[in-house]
Amino acid sequence: MEFFERFAIPHPSPVIYASMVVIALTVIAIIAGLTYFKKWGYLWREWLTTVDHKRIGLMYLISALLMLFRGGVDAIMMRAQLAAPDNKLLDAQHYNEIFTTHGVVMIIFMAMPFIFAFMNYIVPLQIGARDVAFPRLNAISFWLFFMGAMLFNISFVIGGSPDAGWTSYFPLAGNEFSESVGTNYYMIAIQISGLGSLMTGINMITTIMKMRAPGMTMMKMPMFTWATLVANLIIVTVFPVLTVALAMGTMDRLFATNFFTSANGGMDMLWANLFWVWGHPEVYILILPAFGIYSEIISTFSSKNLYGYKSMVASMVIISVLSCLVWAHHFFTMGQGAASNSFFSITTMAIAVPTGVKIFNWLFTMWRGKIRFTVPMLYSIGFIPLFTIGGVTGVMLAMSAADYQYHNTMFLVAHFHNTIIPGVVFAMLAGLTYYWPKMFGFMLNERIGKWTFWLLSIGFVLAFFPMYITGLDGQARRMYTYSEATGFGTLNMISFIGAGIMAIAFALIVYNVYYSIRYSPRDIGSDPWDARTLEWATNTPVPEYNFAISPQVNSIQPFWDAKKKGHVLFPDKLDKIHMPNNSGMPFILCSIFFVWGFSFVFAIWPLVILSTIGIFACLALRSFEKDHGRYISVEEVKETEEKTGGAKL
Amino acid sequence: MKQLFPAKQVMGFVFSLILTAIALAVYFLDVSFTAGLTILIVTAFVQALLQLIVFMHAGETKDKWSIYGNVYFMIFIALITIFGTLFLFSWDM
Repeated sequence: MEFFERFAIPHPSPVIYASMVVIALTVIAIIAGLTYFKKWGYLWREWLTTVDHKRIGLMYLISALLMLFRGGVDAIMMRAQLAAPDNKLLDAQHYNEIFTTHGVVMIIFMAMPFIFAFMNYIVPLQIGARDVAFPRLNAISFWLFFMGAMLFNISFVIGGSPDAGWTSYFPLAGNEFSESVGTNYYMIAIQISGLGSLMTGINMITTIMKMRAPGMTMMKMPMFTWATLVANLIIVTVFPVLTVALAMGTMDRLFATNFFTSANGGMDMLWANLFWVWGHPEVYILILPAFGIYSEIISTFSSKNLYGYKSMVASMVIISVLSCLVWAHHFFTMGQGAASNSFFSITTMAIAVPTGVKIFNWLFTMWRGKIRFTVPMLYSIGFIPLFTIGGVTGVMLAMSAADYQYHNTMFLVAHFHNTIIPGVVFAMLAGLTYYWPKMFGFMLNERIGKWTFWLLSIGFVLAFFPMYITGLDGQARRMYTYSEATGFGTLNMISFIGAGIMAIAFALIVYNVYYSIRYSPRDIGSDPWDARTLEWATNTPVPEYNFAISPQVNSIQPFWDAKKKGHVLFPDKLDKIHMPNNSGMPFILCSIFFVWGFSFVFAIWPLVILSTIGIFACLALRSFEKDHGRYISVEEVKETEEKTGGAKL
Repeated sequence: MKQLFPAKQVMGFVFSLILTAIALAVYFLDVSFTAGLTILIVTAFVQALLQLIVFMHAGETKDKWSIYGNVYFMIFIALITIFGTLFLFSWDM
């Protein structure tokens, strides 16, 4: 029995026991459902072993949506706790765990897979490729992310959640102050999924550099592809720093090293430093693909090509360089001198310039355009003013002298939600609505979509704008309660109401999916939005080889030119198509990674050794495996093209 | 015979052995901490470049610019991180 005691929750509550029951029931229901409908084979053949970038993209999308709701529940619980002064809904420890998991889940297990979903699904289509450069590596990336996410998510029912904040600053995150295994989960789950992100970075860069359709030079790539390229360059640049920092943190916690301790020559501030060397570029990894999606949408629905293409590209490249030069603005108050603070202040403010260029380019793209107010366009238009407010408060925070007032208050919380929600979340929902017909063959209902947009925007403003005021009045972030005398009560109640409205909006998205599955027309063709780039030139549903014939590119909007200016998109003849084979290896490898991570968290060394051997065995097997892929014959291609309604041959 | 003899590789190998010997000497000789660390860092970087150019054949193919571009980019980022950290925690604290 002693062995099992380590798995107990150190800080149980009825909510957690209820979650255990729900998780158990869900697992049983899924297993029973799969068995009853005889879907195990289908699941294995079509999804678990797939190397198709589109299916992997969809799996990222589903995971991201699930995690959005998980993180959202955390958010609602936090707002409910803070809604009234001296509230007793959650205790301090529970609140700590919830804000920690909310941050980690939303950044690493929601926003990251969401952008990976679009990168995977859209980029190969946009550049006219048949798959990514390394399809099997792509599957490994996904399953590493998925196993990391699952490992992190079981923490709250097995062993206890991390409770040192999503930044997990030492010495708080060290063994002395965080005794439970929660922070081990943090270190190892993020490590595993971070490896996946790094692989995706390499994969996407290679895909974009090497696999573009004939005629597509770098300066003719669609804006989302450019954004993906730049974001993945940042991933490859900074994720190794996180990998090293997490490894050092893990060693501090499990092997009694002293990298980040306050004694024995360790330096706790070094964790904050390394974390933000990764962490600040990370926010640009999230926002640049979002900018890319907005660029596509604004151009399509303004019926104009993108204004200032070259300056858009240049500003993204400048942002990517500057993003690596600003990290210390996250700890202006840590005790360094005025010289370094001034340096990091100025670089931070400088980022506002290229970002401003982008904002103006979007405005000029809409200028005198024939704007169609569809749901994706509404999100994009709502994004511009809301994100600009977030950017302006960011410049306020960038002033290191003034930051002593804002630091660690709700003002900061309001600021970064103000950039991430209209910036990233709106972009993801806009992209979801925009690309939904390409992914699933029918459109989401516009009317419900518009309701969702307005509820989400109103809810967002109500939830986060009051925090600017309470933050300036001195409400600290991460405090689980406050007294009535502070006078924060009313504004926090407004925040809670706003969060509730946002919850309704997210529920409406689910309803919209259900409603559209039932009632949406299916005869929408392959180009329902009258779009401009290559991803709309292929059939819907997209055949597994994407394009029967490699498209010929002449400008930044080849599909538009093909529709309006008589550009010949597919000049060649049909030929047999070379495609990669499916493989069960990525899933098995990453399942072993899950066991490895779990046993590491609880320091069960025999299992760690065993699973490490398993991982290396998989790698060795792969080295000796001969897999040259397979060919799809011309007849098969013809048949598929006729079935998917391809009249372009 | 002269064309067949891999002079560059042999020289590279000898040179890498010398670099290793110099690095190892830091342990046996009685040098100050600063001097020892300087020797280690310098020999480590020269060794890495040597391996990259002579034994991993960087620069012998058409994608030369992308390989060296990557290397320069990564060195640039590493230097920013290291000097930024020194700036924050050593020179300005």
